[in-house]
Amino acid sequence: MSLKAQEVATQNGQPDASYDTIEAKLTFRHYPGDRFSHESLGLSVEEVGDIYRNMLLQRRFEERSAQMYGRQKIGGFLHLYIGQEAISTGSAYAIKPGLDSAITAYRDHGLALALGMTSNECMAELFGRVDGCSKGKGGSMHFFSKEKGMFGGHGIVGAHIPVAAGIAFAHMYKSDGGVCICYLGDGAVWQGSFHETLNLASLYGLPVVYVIENNQYAMGTAVDRATAETDLFKQCVSYAMPGSLVDGMDVFSVCQAMRDHVDMAREGQPSLVEIRTYRYRGHSMSDPGKYRTKEELEAKKNEDPILRLKSYIIQENLMSNEALDVLDMEVKAEVAASVTFADESPFPPLEDIYDHVYTQEDFPFLT
Amino acid sequence: MAELQLREAIRAAMVEEMDRDENIFLMGEEVAEYNGAYKVSEGMRDRFGDQRVIDTPISENGFAGLGLGAAMNGLRPIIEFMTWNFAFVAIDQIVNNAAKIRYMSGGQFSFPIVFRGPNGAAGQLAATHNTSVESLYSCFPGLKVISVSNPDDAKGLLKSAIRDNDPVVFLESEFMYGMRGQVSEAEDYIIPIGKARIAREGDAVTIIGHNKSYWRALEAAEMLEADGYAAEVIDPRTIRPFDWDTVIASVKKTNRCVVVDESNPFASVSSEIAFQIQARAFDYLDAPVHRITAKDTPAPYAKNLMEYYLPSAEDVYRACRAVMYLD
Repeated sequence: MSLKAQEVATQNGQPDASYDTIEAKLTFRHYPGDRFSHESLGLSVEEVGDIYRNMLLQRRFEERSAQMYGRQKIGGFLHLYIGQEAISTGSAYAIKPGLDSAITAYRDHGLALALGMTSNECMAELFGRVDGCSKGKGGSMHFFSKEKGMFGGHGIVGAHIPVAAGIAFAHMYKSDGGVCICYLGDGAVWQGSFHETLNLASLYGLPVVYVIENNQYAMGTAVDRATAETDLFKQCVSYAMPGSLVDGMDVFSVCQAMRDHVDMAREGQPSLVEIRTYRYRGHSMSDPGKYRTKEELEAKKNEDPILRLKSYIIQENLMSNEALDVLDMEVKAEVAASVTFADESPFPPLEDIYDHVYTQEDFPFLT
Repeated sequence: MAELQLREAIRAAMVEEMDRDENIFLMGEEVAEYNGAYKVSEGMRDRFGDQRVIDTPISENGFAGLGLGAAMNGLRPIIEFMTWNFAFVAIDQIVNNAAKIRYMSGGQFSFPIVFRGPNGAAGQLAATHNTSVESLYSCFPGLKVISVSNPDDAKGLLKSAIRDNDPVVFLESEFMYGMRGQVSEAEDYIIPIGKARIAREGDAVTIIGHNKSYWRALEAAEMLEADGYAAEVIDPRTIRPFDWDTVIASVKKTNRCVVVDESNPFASVSSEIAFQIQARAFDYLDAPVHRITAKDTPAPYAKNLMEYYLPSAEDVYRACRAVMYLD
């Protein structure tokens, strides 16, 4: 793509219609759906099964979470990721576990499960119990696992974007070869932190990939109601970094795009990826979704990334229907067990309220 | 002992700690090539290189958050704000991310980071450039807040702050950067966080003041001495956690207290000190706790108004005489 505007004859009293020194130095790539296969990605049949299982686990986990929310087992806000699972799983297959880092906003259950956090610790956190991944101090929006490179779960829109740059800065400073992937929603693009940080990342050559999960709505505000330039990936132009547009309903497209961008990051080239997706549920549990039509929702459900992968598996004869059914049963059993685990885990004792404020053991709190 | 300016003492603390631990880096506006807007970091880029002394664009929210991410991932950043007034655009990073992520992660992540820069009045700069932020940041559990009044404390406390594994808000002063004072040359000179300093002993009244206000407290104590009264002057040095033991023991001895605080008065450091004194030493008080703060207005520009806005030694002296029922 060239940024050079069409040349026109220059006349006195008129500005030039082009500026010669603006050249297309940037790389734009498009990763549409149905372009990539497990073979083109070099994924084994077993890995395809694992990818399918992981996406299904996120779906079933959140369906049960919604149920448990209705039974008041879960407090606060609950933002479901249902519909967006190809992004978390697809990118988890593009990073090096144990070396790379990931950070996201408040719609974080899917990424946590994609990074290998257990259903048990995640469900227990939703229940506010001591065995939760954040010991009952964070809840739905604040899942963390240092061990799995999960740097949160962040509730303030855009506030984690600079933090991601710092995580990447530390990878670079320590020369450990790691990269950081930062997920944000389409609504976060209009926070100042996004623009400040993309500039910093580009200026310092940080090993970071910024991924906009464009699910079309910032809470109830459609992208075109909040955004003058609705191709969000084009923001990369201002920060002199490569950008890509990806079909987020196809896990293979996501995986290929993320592999390419993670490679760039590992070479010290930060970049921006816009992944177009759709959330099938409301913004949170209290959202009736009146800002979109039923027809739109039903049409998008035909693109369901999990059903799409399932059809692919069947069409390509990778797994039998029976094997897929077994997998489905396993996932359901795992999620059911996580609910039992969470229910049996104790509430944090009251004296725990002072734990984890400081590393200092004897901080003199006012009482 | 060596005589150093406040800026030199702060620099010495950073240089010694950066020599000791290569995971420490300094980042901020004009800290490297320009050698520091107030020359605090003069020569540090030459010594440590561009990888460890890093200039930023004017993006406080961005680089404050970058520091936090670096701290989460194993480094020990020192983030300089050209002044704390400019940190208001980064306040979400400080009061939400620095103060709370550790808690929300169930203690998995820690934030060994220092945010430092000059605080409070800096002359005829009008309202947005003269804010005192210590009471504000002290509101937030998860942060530690240090405010220094002299080069020796600055060196010892900044070294402690850099070594501390919790986020520290470290408050300096434009007015005091050039102030000279004797600084310990002891190897590895450390002053513990959370310990007040009794600068002057006395039995007539306790005067508490930090940062520039410490000097107003000391001047008032000298005026009282001329009247024949010995005031006890305490510099808390750390605002959060506050050294209540030292202050309460002093008030139990003097039975009277005046707090000098450059913050605006509502819910200021002085408010909390007065509350704690009445809660812990009510029976020992011979007079209500008085306080001298900045006026309950934005800081003005006009020279005479600005002088009137800030606590003066004369104000403190009169307040002391009032709690001693001398007038």
